[in-house]
Amino acid sequence: MDATLGNRAKALLDVRGLTKVFGALKACDSVDLTIGKGEIHALLGENGAGKSTFVKMLFGALEPTGGTIYWKDQPVAISSPGEARGLGIGMVFQHFSLFDALTAAENIMLALNDPAPLATIAARAEELSHTYGLPLDPHAHVGDLSVGERQRIEITRCLLQDPELIILDEPTSVLTPQEADKLFETLEKLRSEGRSILYISHRLEEVKQLCDGATVLRQGRVVAHCDPRKETTSSLARMMVGDEVPHVDREKPAAAREALLAVRGLSREASHPFAVPLSDINLEVHAGEILGIAGVAGNGQGEFFEAVSGEVLQERANIIQICGKDAGRKDISGRRLMSAAFVPEERLGHAAAPQMTLSQNLLLSRYRTDALAFLARLGVVRGRAVGEATKRVVSTMDVRKSTPDPEATALSGGNLQKFVIGRELDRAPQVMVVNQPTWGVDAGAAVRIRQALVDLAKNGSAVLVISQDLDELFEICDSIAVMHGGRISAPIPVGEATYEEIGLLMGGSEPGQNPRPPVEVV
Amino acid sequence: MRIELVKRPQSSPLFSALSPFLALLLTLFAGAVMFLFLGKNPLEALYFFFIDPLLETWSLHELMVKAAPLILIGVGLSVCYLSNNWNIGAEGQFIVGAIAGSILPVMFPGFQTWIVLPLMLLMGVLGGAAYAAIPAFLKARFNTNEILVSLMLVYVAELFLDWLVRGPWRNPEGYNFPETRNFHDFAVLPEIWPDAGRAHWGIIFAIAAALVLWFVLSRTLKGIEVKVVGQSPRAGRFGGFSRARMVIFAFLVSGALAGLAGISEVSGAIGQLRPAISPGYGFTAIIVAFLGRLNPLGIIAAGFVLALSYLGGEAAQISIGVTDKTARAFQGMLLFFVLACDCLIHYRIRLTRTVAARSTEAPAGHA
Repeated sequence: MDATLGNRAKALLDVRGLTKVFGALKACDSVDLTIGKGEIHALLGENGAGKSTFVKMLFGALEPTGGTIYWKDQPVAISSPGEARGLGIGMVFQHFSLFDALTAAENIMLALNDPAPLATIAARAEELSHTYGLPLDPHAHVGDLSVGERQRIEITRCLLQDPELIILDEPTSVLTPQEADKLFETLEKLRSEGRSILYISHRLEEVKQLCDGATVLRQGRVVAHCDPRKETTSSLARMMVGDEVPHVDREKPAAAREALLAVRGLSREASHPFAVPLSDINLEVHAGEILGIAGVAGNGQGEFFEAVSGEVLQERANIIQICGKDAGRKDISGRRLMSAAFVPEERLGHAAAPQMTLSQNLLLSRYRTDALAFLARLGVVRGRAVGEATKRVVSTMDVRKSTPDPEATALSGGNLQKFVIGRELDRAPQVMVVNQPTWGVDAGAAVRIRQALVDLAKNGSAVLVISQDLDELFEICDSIAVMHGGRISAPIPVGEATYEEIGLLMGGSEPGQNPRPPVEVV
Repeated sequence: MRIELVKRPQSSPLFSALSPFLALLLTLFAGAVMFLFLGKNPLEALYFFFIDPLLETWSLHELMVKAAPLILIGVGLSVCYLSNNWNIGAEGQFIVGAIAGSILPVMFPGFQTWIVLPLMLLMGVLGGAAYAAIPAFLKARFNTNEILVSLMLVYVAELFLDWLVRGPWRNPEGYNFPETRNFHDFAVLPEIWPDAGRAHWGIIFAIAAALVLWFVLSRTLKGIEVKVVGQSPRAGRFGGFSRARMVIFAFLVSGALAGLAGISEVSGAIGQLRPAISPGYGFTAIIVAFLGRLNPLGIIAAGFVLALSYLGGEAAQISIGVTDKTARAFQGMLLFFVLACDCLIHYRIRLTRTVAARSTEAPAGHA
């Protein structure tokens, strides 16, 4: 037995020279990666670095162009997710693969390949999810659940298959600090059971806390194998992006001026059995101010966004005021004409139509506000003007794309998010409402988006940011309010707020929650 | 062993463009096999079906007569289908358009001036649109299933027409035949080249409608609205487009065009109302819309192809003695192959053995 073989004998998964070529693009270029038994291994990289391609090959969703995957020392060809599951590889996707119309238990049953009756599976799922601290209701319809709750279904579904290797794609991007801590406990429990985890994240602090090894990808190549515990977050970030990560640069705001966005006594009944009713929400966002709304997924953020944006109207006009004028009875176009702009949580299917090009998507939210520039008589689209505006947004926000005017679905998550935010910023709105601005977005894009929001406020606009990412809120906001159970707390100026305080409010101030210690800013 | 459809990461643009042609080829091939089983010489049969009708001027005129309603209805349906409104009831809208348009010449045969024909066309349009408004309103207001409602209304329209021509509208001088009186000269849609054949102005309406809708769908905000609301309703709502208004719009457009097709057919090709005024144009137009890839320009071409299948059916009945139902068989195969090609462009077939079978094989290799 030579040394390499002995070394490999301990490895659960050993990937050698894995390559994937799409046309002219080498999405993965001979990537090597080894994961030992009971190891939590991080896969780091910006969006477009090849992480998703790499794990899709591991999970049998894409066929490699070259390279070998050794599973327990045996070369394997994984040609479908079913085979991957058969080997003992489970995956929790960032974009969930769940059917909205089915219940949690039905979704789990579909993936299991198990003839057990639904009731048994539901009971097992409920039990397992409680064991691992991820409680879920197996009979809830997925369509009615929040992103965080959907993730629990995915994780439970994955654990039910008793995998030896679990691939987690950006798992904490939708969680509160407390939930993330719970998840870490879950992961450590899994590690102690001898399971291995491939952990994809762009939260470097987390990776440092949790992972035993890390592989860093940049432009499809491995740039480093390292031990994240021996690195600093900035050295890890440097490996990912190639040079120093820019930091959001924020000035102290001037004294609060007029309220550009005011919500007065907003209540809304639940529109379906699983929706969160909103009750008596009051807030003001002033010129030059960024107000953050923290909260766990599924506490009414979506319902609140729909009400503020005008996708759902209010019963009285003065409930929502934009730039001092009543807007409660205006629809979303009417509110845009009052110089408000909105970016919803879901990029694909809400902020942008997947099969439409970027320029058509630009028109989607701006055909009324920019009607003079973009539309000729009889609603004929001025292709050139729209195309130029699209180019402007793309270059301002550094949106990377492969063809001049691709369909929205062809962009990576981070690039599409930069586009849908840039589309609104290009109008220089007086009021900007953003839900989860950087969910699932890589570090570079996230900094760019946050900087753009800060700059917008600096120029005198009012910005309302709904986010589950506390680091983000502390970084860019002037004050933070917390949404819980359809109510919003009084905002706390960011200088006075602590992670602990916000975290407790997010949990509904229930005792017994264990807040995460504040993350040091490097 | 299990057959799976796996979504392709990207679908080939080449084959997407080729798909209607592939479908045509496959239909011809399957048709040849069908003729073989019928005991006919397949090449000769296909010749009489698809080539012979194109060789005479008069039959080219017949082709236009048949293509006109198919194209008119098909382009209207494309607006519906692009906006995710499944109007299956164009046949009914066609019939109601024909009935509404026939009110003047049937009930007021003495009213004979040049204004009659434009009024008839207008009433046909309004009749078709009004009939399509029923499923649209029910969907927009009560969220009913438009497929069922629009389809069932077809039978209502057919029975209503049947009752009319056998009852109140029967020609008093018609020897009790179930027909209305013949339309007077001012109520007849003129032929384009009266000396050459029967092609009437319907085909011009059809091509004009296709060009207008092509422009609207590809160059205007309305086109974007239709597609966004159809593909991605939440994004449509985010854009400020109303789903309910789009339901009404799509049904009114397609109903109006189906109604225009109905009155053009009655006034241009038949000259009176009868119990059956359509050989299933409203249903065949669904094939036309999909074969034309929901693109109005493609639908013009597809309309002629399907019109040819009707003509071929009639011709083959006479020349080689097969039933004219073969035309419906061809149309069915064509729709099948179009959808099958599209399916295989977006998905690939994979045969998988179950995981259990695989794991029992592995130790056997060692032994």
